[in-house]
Parts: sequence; structure tokens; C-alpha cells
Amino acid sequence: MSKMETMTGAKALMTAMEKEGVKQVFGLPGGANLPMYDEFARCDIRHILVRHEQSAAHMADGFGRVSRKPGVCFATSGPGATNILTGIATAQADSAPMIAVTGQVPVNMIGKDAFQESDIIGMANPVVKYAFQPRSAAEIPEVVKKGFFIAESGRPGPVLIDIPKDVQTNEAQMDFPDEFKIQGYHPWADPDVVNVERAIDMLLHAEKPIILAGGGTIISSAFAELQAVAETLMLPVVSTFKGKGAFPENHPLSLGPIGMHGHAEANKMMAEADCVLAIGTRFSDRSVGTFEAFEKRLKIIHMDVDPAEIGKNQSAQIAVVGDVKVNLRVMVKLLLQKAIKKTDETPWIKHVKETKAYWKENLKLHPGEMGAAKILRKLRELLPKESLITTEVGQHQMWASLFYDVIQPGTFFSSTGLGTMGWGFPAALGAKVAKPDVPVVDIAGDGSFSMTENSLATAVLEDIPVIVFVLNNSTLGMVAQWQRTFYDRRMIGVEQHGCPDYVKLAESYGAQGIRAQSMDELDKAIKNALSSDVATVIDIPIDPEEDVLPFVAPGTSLSDMILPS
Amino acid sequence: MWAILSILVENKPGILFKVTHLFRARNFNIDSISVGITENPDYSKMTITTYGDEKQIDQVVKQLDKMIDTVQVERLDELKTVFRELCLFKIKLSNANDSMEVNKLANAYGGKVHDVKSDSLMVELSATPEQIKAFEELAKPFGIIDVARTGVAALQRSGA
Ligand SMILES: Cc1ncc(C[n+]2csc(CCOP(=O)(O)OP(=O)(O)O)c2C)c(N)n1
Ligand SMILES: [Mg+2]
Repeated sequence: MSKMETMTGAKALMTAMEKEGVKQVFGLPGGANLPMYDEFARCDIRHILVRHEQSAAHMADGFGRVSRKPGVCFATSGPGATNILTGIATAQADSAPMIAVTGQVPVNMIGKDAFQESDIIGMANPVVKYAFQPRSAAEIPEVVKKGFFIAESGRPGPVLIDIPKDVQTNEAQMDFPDEFKIQGYHPWADPDVVNVERAIDMLLHAEKPIILAGGGTIISSAFAELQAVAETLMLPVVSTFKGKGAFPENHPLSLGPIGMHGHAEANKMMAEADCVLAIGTRFSDRSVGTFEAFEKRLKIIHMDVDPAEIGKNQSAQIAVVGDVKVNLRVMVKLLLQKAIKKTDETPWIKHVKETKAYWKENLKLHPGEMGAAKILRKLRELLPKESLITTEVGQHQMWASLFYDVIQPGTFFSSTGLGTMGWGFPAALGAKVAKPDVPVVDIAGDGSFSMTENSLATAVLEDIPVIVFVLNNSTLGMVAQWQRTFYDRRMIGVEQHGCPDYVKLAESYGAQGIRAQSMDELDKAIKNALSSDVATVIDIPIDPEEDVLPFVAPGTSLSDMILPS
Repeated sequence: MWAILSILVENKPGILFKVTHLFRARNFNIDSISVGITENPDYSKMTITTYGDEKQIDQVVKQLDKMIDTVQVERLDELKTVFRELCLFKIKLSNANDSMEVNKLANAYGGKVHDVKSDSLMVELSATPEQIKAFEELAKPFGIIDVARTGVAALQRSGA
């Protein structure tokens, strides 16, 4: 029996969050959430102030992806709430656990177009996993408990808790329940031995089987299981972009990400395979190109925790619904029991290895000293393998996918679903808060960094020393590449004119700014940043004309790659 | 292809909005919808008729099932289900004969006649959507002034 205590809604919120193990909240105050803010004076939860609520949401998202516990962000009503929407939608698109708490106008003002009233529940509905608006203080403990459970269980996602101001200030007898029931929510399925067994059979009978590891593999941290299955059945492994680094990219069976800017060898082998074990992926258009071309050739075994993903984009011959880690474990066990272990180099594996070696040798790279591949390989060389990477969105992101090999699984994070410019830096701050002892690097473009660069204030004042690694082409480069490729080089709205100066910008926030114009300078800059106890921006001028290649144009199939000429 | 979906939801505010929003956001169609409280006031039941190919309908059901507020989602088999829609037609009467003719028509479909005026009358019909459509076709030549439909209500037959 939990014992009842009288307290305000705001106090109950903080108490309930403490019970969930929350150590910090990213946010920005305003009129409608002041009662909650006042509680920071009386509890052990750290408040990390942001300069824009969107960044608070991205920080919570980065924290959530790394710690696999929901990160928490706070915003006030009206504009505070609408400012976090992009962050919530980004988390939803990438299935990241998050709790967003917004203040709302008092209950009796709702619907009156009150000052700073916005119907955030209505606006956020399509981009949250669930939303609550407690109408009485006594509801808060259970709402928080359910909210955390929903956010982190099954397929994770953001949960919004919108709390009217009077619900924050009203007192009630609070019962903090350990037990609760959500009737319509069944996040887990039992292990599906029958279908896993069928899957093994199908893989054994395929001539050219392959594994496609999606983001779900990382979310459920099924790294060891994935590796065991791949090695036991001698299956080459490609990933989606979100699944990048689910499997060590220096492993002989690894081919890297497929997709619009996938590795040439990965796209080639995906296009040749006759059977795929697809793990925790929704077969996004960015990954598979045209659905029809993908589906026709292939026998698909689809493992996913979300039953609604089965058959949504791609029909599967065998569906295994449930936590992919659990079902991969079943697979490993069955393989052991049946004493199945492939050792012979099949013609397919030989072909895969030759293709991989060919592209390692023959993919043409930028000839300059400061080409993207050289820069990112230098970063890889100098970073410890447990370092965490976040990225922004654009060419730099895709170069990171191509040229930065993830060696320790689960150390690479990007806004892959929504493609939110400005995500990487605040997410890096959240990641660093989750794992303060490892280096955290945001691989950034100049355009994206501009969108949330004011988080430098948070990095400096809250002492969160991350590294922002800006591949500065002074251009909205990815858009420029499309304009070069599809619009006859008409470059509209992409030039950044070297503005701002990122070194001075960093310095004005009290961070460290270093410009690296040669490999030598880059080497020193990275080493310097790694030993710095303040956030560092490394500004790396690059050729604005460098393209990301290979490139699978939208609406075409993976075998139709545009390659460097 | 048509499908009748029976959706049991928690009886809380905002759920009708979420269900209809899901149809819009995922590019599905709602042909008709009816909502009412069940014998247990904690739940209400929505009956939605929708159309799409097999794959789309499978997706609608899965997406509805995924919604945390839905307790049970069922695709009803037409052959094992009693389903009815209530419909009111206001029909124009142009000459003395029309009144009798429309009355006959209403009778043939088990309808009731209300609000008889010299130039119009109202027919209440409780029938399947197909029967309602057939009735509508036959009533058209008289002139249909207005229609109000409730959407389908459906229950699985016992032992089905
Ligand atoms: C918020 C947002 N607005 C617009 C876009 C469209 N977009 C995609 S990539 C890109 C350019 C990014 O520029 P930069 O960060 O400098 O990266 P680069 O491509 O130059 O490496 C733009 C504008 C987006 N993804 N997100
Ligand atoms: Mg750029």
C-alpha cells in the first residue's frame, strides 16, 4: 500500500519524475509552467536551461536515445509548446523515448483563446506516441507513471503531458501507484519460435541471403544477437541509415548502410540478394528506393516490435512480431540446438567480399586534401571507439554515413526519419549528459549548425563539453547538390556567404573555436578538442562543389546508383 | 472493397478526434461513422465503414489497434453481422399520385412516413447501406430534398 500525502500537482510531478529516476530536465520557463519551475528549488532534479525550446526537445531526445530512458523537456504554453513540436515530431519519426511537459492555461480558460493558449494536444496528436492533459492534480502521479511506461516500452516514442496551471497549483491527496493498467496497450508479444524456425529454414535454403539491420536493432540493443546470427549463418550485413552501426562496420561481413546515399557495395549486394532477414526496419523509401522493385525480387523475413509495420511498406513472407532482441535470441538458441554453423565460403559470400574489396579500392573520392572522406576518416582514426556521434542533416550527414565507420555498435545517432536540421548539436548535449565520460561529436554542416547554434550557451554554462565538427561548405550543400543534379545548376537559396564566422561565434559564447584548413591542422584541432574541458567548434572549410556519391535518385531502385565520374 | 470496422474505445474525450485523424493522416477513407456508448459506460463503440484494397484495410486495422485508446478493433464479416443504418429522406411531392407512390415505396423497404405535407413528406428507413442506396435510386425521380444518415451500426450475430 502506498501512503497518501497532500501536495500540489507541481510537486507531485517532480516527485513522480524522481521516482522514475529523472536526474535532469531540459527546458525554458514561462508563465504557464512557473509552478513546476518553482519546484526545482526544492528537489534534486537538475534544470538545464536552453535558449530555444526546440533544442530542449532535441536534448531530451539525444539523452533518450543514448540512455534508452526517456529524456525530459519542459516548455511553457503557447509559443513554448509550439516550439517543441519539431523536437517531438523528430523523436516520433525515429522512435526515441521522450517526455515533454508543457504548461497550459488554467482549466476554466481552455477554449477561450486565452493569452498563450494553444491547443497543443490537438497539434501534437499526430506526432506523439501518446498525450495526456490531466484535469485534476490528483491524476498527475498516475499520468507520469503511465507516460514513462508508454514512452520507453515497445516501440519507444515521445509522450506529451500538458498540465493546466491550476492543476499544477491545486493540492490533492497524492497516491503514487506502483501498479497501473492501460487496457488498449500491449507493447510486447511472446517470442515467436515457430516463425523464427521458419525464418532459419528460409535463410538456409536461400542462395543469396542477407541481413538488413534497421534502427530497431539499435533501440533494442540486439548487437550481440545480430552478430551471432550473422556469423553462424555467414550472412552479409547491410543496414538502413538509422541502423548504421548496429553491426560493427569493420567486421568482414559488414557492408554498411543501403539507401539513397548508401555504400555502393551495400546497395549492390542488397539488389542482388534473394532473401533478406530485415530486423527492426520500416522499409523507408530512403532505404529501399522504389518499393515495387524491392519487393519483387526478394523473399522477406520481417522482424519488428510494431505489428503495424508488418506489411505497411513491404509485404513479408515471414513476419516475426516482437522485440527483435528476444526473437534473435530465440534464433541463436535454435541454431545452437540444431548445431547449425556455416563455415564454408559460399559463392555468394565470396562474391560479397570481392564486391566489397572492389568498392573499397575503386570508389572515386574527392581529390583535394580536405575532401570529406579524408576528413571523416581522420576523425575516426583519432576518436576512441566508444565515442558517441550525432549528426545534423545534409551532405555531411551522408558523408558520415559513408566514411565514418562505427566500430562499437550503438554509438551513432542521427535524425533519420524527419531529417531535422539543427538536431545534432542539442542531441549531442543530451547524449553527453547521458554519458559524460565519453567524447561526443556532432558531425555538422554549417547550415544545420546555424539552426540551433545558440545551444552553445547551454554547452558552456552547463559545462557539457561536446565537439561540433563543422564541415563548412558555406552552403546548404545537400540542396545545392540536388540543384546541380536535377535543376541544371540553378542555385537558389543555398549560399551562406561565410556568415557567420564559426570560430568567433564559438568564442563569443565562451566556447573554444578552432579553424582547420589542412589535415595537419585538423589532426591538432581534434586532439585539442578531445582534451578540452569546454565545448569546441572545429570549423573545417571544404569545397562547396563536392557531391555525396553514390546517389540513388528518388523513385529509382538501389541498383541504379549515380556514381562518381 | 468495403469493410465494416467495429472499434471499442475507452469513453474519454478526444478519442473520436484521434480515430478520425488517423484515417486522414494515413490516407484512409471513412465512408460512414457512428459512435455510441456501450452497455458499460466506460466504453464507447465506433462503427466505421471504409473502403480500400486488402492491404490498406489490413493496415487500417493494425494502425487502429496500435492506438493506445482503442481496446478492441474488429473487422466484421458482413455475412455474420447484422448491420443497419438509419436514414431520413425528405421527398418532393409534385402531384396527387406521388404521395401514394412514395408511401408504397417506403412500405416496400419497411420505412415509416412522417411529416406529410402537401408538397413533401419524410421517410424513415432502417436498412443496410445497399438497401438505402436502392431506395434512394427509386426515390430520386420524385425529387429528394434532403437526406440525413446516421452511419452504420453493426453487431456480430450470436454464435457466428
Ligand atoms: C529544418 C529543415 N529545413 C530544411 C531542410 C532541407 N535540407 C536538407 S539538407 C539541407 C542543407 C543542409 O545544409 P548544411 O547543414 O550546411 O549541410 P551540408 O549539406 O552543406 O553538408 C536542407 C536545407 C531540412 N532537412 N530541415
Ligand atoms: Mg553546408
